[in-house]
Order: sequence, then structure tokens, then C-alpha cells
Amino acid sequence: MIVEFGHFALILALVVAVFQMVVPAYGARVGDVRLMAAGDTAALLQVGLVAISFAALTHAYIVSDFSVLNVAQNSHSTKPLLYRISGVWGNHEGSMLLWVLILAVFGAAVAVFGRNLPMSLKANVLAVQASIAVAFCAFIVLTSNPFVRLVPAPADGRGLNPILQDPALAFHPPFLYMGYVGFSMAFSFAIAALLEGRTNAAWARWVRPWTLAAWMCLTIGIAMGSWWAYYELGWGGWWFWDPVENASFMPWLAGTALLHSALVMEKRDSLKVWTVLLAILTFSLSLMGTFLVRSGVLSSVHAFAVDPERGVFVLAIMVFFTGGGLALFALRARDLRQGGAFGVVSRESGLVLNNILLTTACAVVFIGTLYPLALEAVTGEKISVGAPYFNMTFLPLMAPLLLALPFGPFLAWKRGDLVASAQLLKVSGLIAGAVLLIAFAYGQKGVWLAPFGLAIGAWVMAGAVAELAHKIKLGTATREESARRLRNQPRSVFGTTLAHFGVGLMTIGVIATSAYRDEQILVMKPGQTTEIAGYTLAFKGLVAGRGSNYVEQSGQFDVTQAGSAVTTLLPSKRLYDSPPQPTTEAGIHASWRGDLYSVLGDAQPDGGFSVRLYFHPLVRFIWLGALIMFIGGAVSLSDRRLRVGAPAGSRRRAAAVPAE
Amino acid sequence: MSAGAVRPGLIVLTLALATPALALEPGERMADTALETRARALSSELRCLVCQNQSIDDSNAPLAKDLRLLVRERLAAGESDSAVMSYIVARYGDFVLLKPPFNSHTLLLWAAPMLCLLGLGYALLRSSGRFGSSAPVPTSDALDPDEERRLKALLARGSDA
Repeated sequence: MIVEFGHFALILALVVAVFQMVVPAYGARVGDVRLMAAGDTAALLQVGLVAISFAALTHAYIVSDFSVLNVAQNSHSTKPLLYRISGVWGNHEGSMLLWVLILAVFGAAVAVFGRNLPMSLKANVLAVQASIAVAFCAFIVLTSNPFVRLVPAPADGRGLNPILQDPALAFHPPFLYMGYVGFSMAFSFAIAALLEGRTNAAWARWVRPWTLAAWMCLTIGIAMGSWWAYYELGWGGWWFWDPVENASFMPWLAGTALLHSALVMEKRDSLKVWTVLLAILTFSLSLMGTFLVRSGVLSSVHAFAVDPERGVFVLAIMVFFTGGGLALFALRARDLRQGGAFGVVSRESGLVLNNILLTTACAVVFIGTLYPLALEAVTGEKISVGAPYFNMTFLPLMAPLLLALPFGPFLAWKRGDLVASAQLLKVSGLIAGAVLLIAFAYGQKGVWLAPFGLAIGAWVMAGAVAELAHKIKLGTATREESARRLRNQPRSVFGTTLAHFGVGLMTIGVIATSAYRDEQILVMKPGQTTEIAGYTLAFKGLVAGRGSNYVEQSGQFDVTQAGSAVTTLLPSKRLYDSPPQPTTEAGIHASWRGDLYSVLGDAQPDGGFSVRLYFHPLVRFIWLGALIMFIGGAVSLSDRRLRVGAPAGSRRRAAAVPAE
Repeated sequence: MSAGAVRPGLIVLTLALATPALALEPGERMADTALETRARALSSELRCLVCQNQSIDDSNAPLAKDLRLLVRERLAAGESDSAVMSYIVARYGDFVLLKPPFNSHTLLLWAAPMLCLLGLGYALLRSSGRFGSSAPVPTSDALDPDEERRLKALLARGSDA
């Protein structure tokens, strides 16, 4: 009964979304305040209905109602509660429902927090947001209904793929969707602006927090997926340039560019046309990510044709919104008046450079991901575009971006002084130089480019700190004065510092672990020892164990360093009960120096076991960097000046503060 | 694709991993470390043909193992890196290369990054910068009268809403 209730609520949500798509937009057209206001009510109603629907499905998963096909296919009664819940979005239908729920939450947020928005803009935004909801609700109801019953109900479910039963992966999809769907806000605002034929700095001020929120979630969502791949897939790889990863990375790159161009638009009323285009493209890339992942087109062009129903539907959604958005842009972009001019050396041109490099990087990932599909479709020829291509094309774009990054915040708007900025970055330059020398002295075995990469990471980190130090006049004013300035800095300043610092930290982690990885692949018998990266590992033998829904066999490795015990690693091979599937679990000892990573392999005929040991130096900097970027976004978002819901009075005061 | 929500690529790849054998195994390695280093470098550029986006060095599929051994066999016979690669491409086609060759079919793929960079750079600098145009670039941070007027208008609009 609850399940039917959920199904019904979803259909009602679709109806409400249709209402919300039509009525407020019509109201905005004819200037009817009541019709425009109906959008708010509809948005709230919609989120309530979708939430009921989602709760109904979640309930079916929690109580293991196997009369629901979706639950029977993807859950099992012995699964721990966390994974019964995460199982809701561990499959196509349920994850689409989560997608729609997040979309509805964002829509409702406009209704609740957007009280300061001009009425017609808000009505149009809600209408565009609703049109996306209509498309995806219809997609679920017509092709991917999670509420289909199964008669007769089986005694137990098929279970969730054991490698997905993992805490990081439980929360990876929700964050990813908050990112994807969050960019729909930028899209809706862009379309509304084009419909109204005007944008201004205030528009950018409204768009930026939503983009920032989406960007944060996408950042942490991608990082979680990468972290999971690192410890679960068994050899410590953390990024594979897999098309599915690229699908989430493209909106991230475009979204990062959008954050920066919206800044120019907000502060200087410049780059309007570009910012609106980027807002449309960012969400389009999110839709394309959904299409690539859902349609099966990635595994082969032909897989798409085998089960075309869902693929064609998502393709139609993507083409409609991307094509429609771009067509509207082509028609109306001319109306958007360009704003202030700026010099060749200025904060604006720094941000333009950021946008050129990030967008090109995004285009590179796009081309590399889709080229094999296009080529196969056109000529039938199959080629592979893998990590070597992306490393060759993507990394050369990142180097100048990161080199230029610390200069940006030091340049003044309109007309900056490069020499003065460079002088303020003297200390950062010295730190980077020191890192370069140290890396060359100690890291001979790595690639010769690696020390430069490490130096660039240090340069970005030091530059981020230098900017804050400069703002609070550290060293040039009295200590009290600096402390006072530190307290008075707007939170967005700390957000910028943190985010840029995180980028630097991540760069160091990426370079160090890629260039200086140590590995040992060997056969070990119980009683033997081996050494890697200063650790001594003694293989003690096998230990059998049993978890709540698996049996496992672990190899016990006692780890010592210079004679003193460090830890015991227990890399294992597991066999899950349902579905009966073997997995390998790495044994990892994490430290600031790096991770000692062990994997237990097969028994060998001579009584030994194949063992793989890795040392990944500074690898945790990668995810720590992402986490700091996330926190930077959150700090920035908590800034009153950014908050859309801030009362008009405080907004006026904020607007009177000169830009930076 | 029922597991679509959670990186099917990785799932396929992990399912492959979950079979007993791991990627490169101890017994496969060559005694000569210089040759082994070359073998590893070549392996990371060759695609496991039955996997999704995985190099033979990372894959544990039997076919990947065959290819790893083949690479080592040819290297042991004294062939150069490029000779080994062309031997494998001759047998399996360009599909086996993770870094596609440069030819008429991949021209766009390899030229695209540079074209994008130049095109975007030109378009953005042209349309936004007004470099070299007659529009004066202001020299101070103070708002000019036009900006003052627009700020007032914006504030007024903001407080109406």
C-alpha cells in the first residue's frame, strides 16, 4: 500500500511540475502577481510529493519488501541497514528518483530563499526548473518506474553488488547528484535571464551561491568516488580517465570556470554573455553525464541500440535542454549589454585566462571521451582514447593555470600591476624554489618533470596563504592591526584562500603519488619478510574471519619500521553471501608520509601467496585537498554577502562595500 | 544498465578484478630489470581488449595476461619498443593503443586541444577585453559616474523586490 502511495505521489509530482512549468511563466508574461506567486506553492508541493515518493521507496528497502521488483533485484534482507538505505540509489530507477528529489529540493529552495528575487525572474526560474522536473518525472514514470510490483514475491532479494557496500560509495551518488542537479539552478537562471532579456551584476550575485553549492557537492562527490576506487579496486589507482569519471569531471571543470566568470560579472558587470553561455553548458554537461552513464552508449555504440528506450529518452531530454538553451542563447544573447572594460593585466583578464584554460581542459575531456564513439559511428573504425592521451593533453593545460593562479587574487580589478604582484609573491616563489631543489635532491628515481609539479603545488599553496597575509597586512602592520583585519575579512576571502590552498595540496598529492610510487610484486610464504619504503613486513599466515554477510580470508602482515612495531595489515579476500561474489580488500596503513598498501593474491603451488605491496607517497593529500576545497566553498557560502536569503537591509550595506 | 548510478565502468572493471588472479603476477616478471621497466611502460599504453578502459598492466583478464607475456617475449628477443608496439598493433589493430596514433582519422582528436585553446582565447579576449579598442580603460578603482548610476539603480531595484 505504501508503495502504491509512493507511485501515486510521483505521478502527482509530475502533474504539479507541469503546472509549475506553465502557470508562473505565463504570469510573468502577462504580469499577473498571483499566477507568478503560484510557482512558490507549486515548488513546495512538488518537493513534498517527491519526498513522499522517495520515502515510500526507502521504506520498502528498509523493511525488505521483496514484492517490489526494484527491491528484490537490488537488496537483500541480511544487508546492514546503511546499505539497505544506500541501495535505494544503488540502481538506475532509485537513483533517478533521488535525482528528481534533489531537483525538487533546489526548486523549493528558490521559492523559500528567493524572496528578494524580482518576481518575474523568480517565476521564470521556477518554471524552467519545473520543466526539467517534468522531463525527469516523466522519464521515471514511463521508462524507469521503481514501484513496479513483483508477483509472486521472492523469499529474498538478489542483493547489492558487494563492492558497492561501502560507506564512501553510499554517499558518492547523492553528492554527485547534488552537484549535477545543483547546476540546473545556474541553467534556470540563465534561461530566465535570456527570456527576460537582461542580466546584471545582481543576477550574478544570485547565481553564484547556487553554483558554489553545486560545485562543492560535485567536488566532494567525485573525491569520494576516487577514494573508493583507490582502496577498493586493489591497486591504488585513484583516477582512470574512465568515461564515467569523465562524465562527472566535465561539469566540474565547466562549473569551476562558471564560478570564476560569475565573479567577474558580479563585481564588474563584464563577461555577461560568456557567463550565461557557461551556465547553459555546465548543466548540459551534467545532462550529458547522465545520458552517457544511463544509455549504455559508452560500452559500445551498439549497446545503445539494443535497449534504446531509456537511452533515447535521456538523449531527447539532453537535446531538448541543451539545444533549446543554446538556441535561446543564440537569439537573445545580443540583448545582454557588455559591461566594464579592463586592461590586459587585471583581475578580469586573470579570470578570463582561468576560463580559457578550464574550458579548453573541459573540451579536451569531452573530445577524448566522445571521439571514439563518433569515429565508430561515422567510419566503423574502433580506437581507444585512454589515460596517455588525457595526460598528454590535459596536464599541459593545468600547468599554466596553476602557475598563474596565485597572481590572480593580487591583481586589481580593471588594471593590475604584474610586477607589484610578483613582488608580493616573492616568499611563495622562494618556497616553490626550495621544494624544487629538495625534490631534485631526494627524488632521483621519479620522472624529471615531477619536481616541477611538486613546486607548482607548493607555489599555489603558498600563494593562497600569501594573499590572505597580504590582505591582513601581516608583517607590515602591527600584530593587533593584523588580528583585527583577520577578524574583519569577509568569509568569502577565507573561502578563496582555502579552495586555492586545497588545489595546491591536491596537486602535490597527485604528482607525488604518480611519480614516486613504490611497488613490490612477489610470492611470500608464511614466515618470510620483505621491505618497502622503509617498512619491514613479516608475513605471518592466513586468518579466517566472518562478517555480517561475507566470509573472508586475510593475510596477516606485521609491519615494523626501524625495529619498532607500526601496525598489522590484514589484506583479505572476501566471499559475499548474496550475491555470492568474491572481492579483494586491500590492507592499508595510512600516514602523512604516504600509504602502505597491501593486496593478497592467489595461493601458489609452492605454498606461498602472491602479494602486492605498494607505497603511495602523500596520496591522502589528493582527497584532503578536495575536502579543503569543499570546506572553502562552505565557508564562502556562509558569507552574508553571498546569501540570497539575507534581508534587504544587510544586502544594501553589503552592496555599498567596495568590491574587495 | 541497472548499476548505472554507480560508475558502471568501474564496476565492470572491479568485477573483472574480483576473479582470483590479480593484474601483473610475480611469475610474469622478467629477470632483467631494465627490460621489465620497458615492459611495464609498454603495458601501460596497451589496452586490455576485453575490459573497459583498462591497460593490460592493470587488468587481470586472461587476454591481458597473454598480451603482457607477449610483450615480454618480444622484448626478450631483443626487439625495440616501437617494434614490439607495431607487432601488437599489426595483430590487434589501433584499438589496442590507449594513445591513438596520429593519422587522418585522429587528426581532429589531436588538433582539437590546440584549436579549442586558440579559438576560445581569441573569442573571449575579443568579446570581453576590448583590448586595443577605443574604450578607455579606467585607471582608478573609484566608480565612474555611469557605474554610480547603475549601482543606484540596482540598489533601488533590489529593495523593491
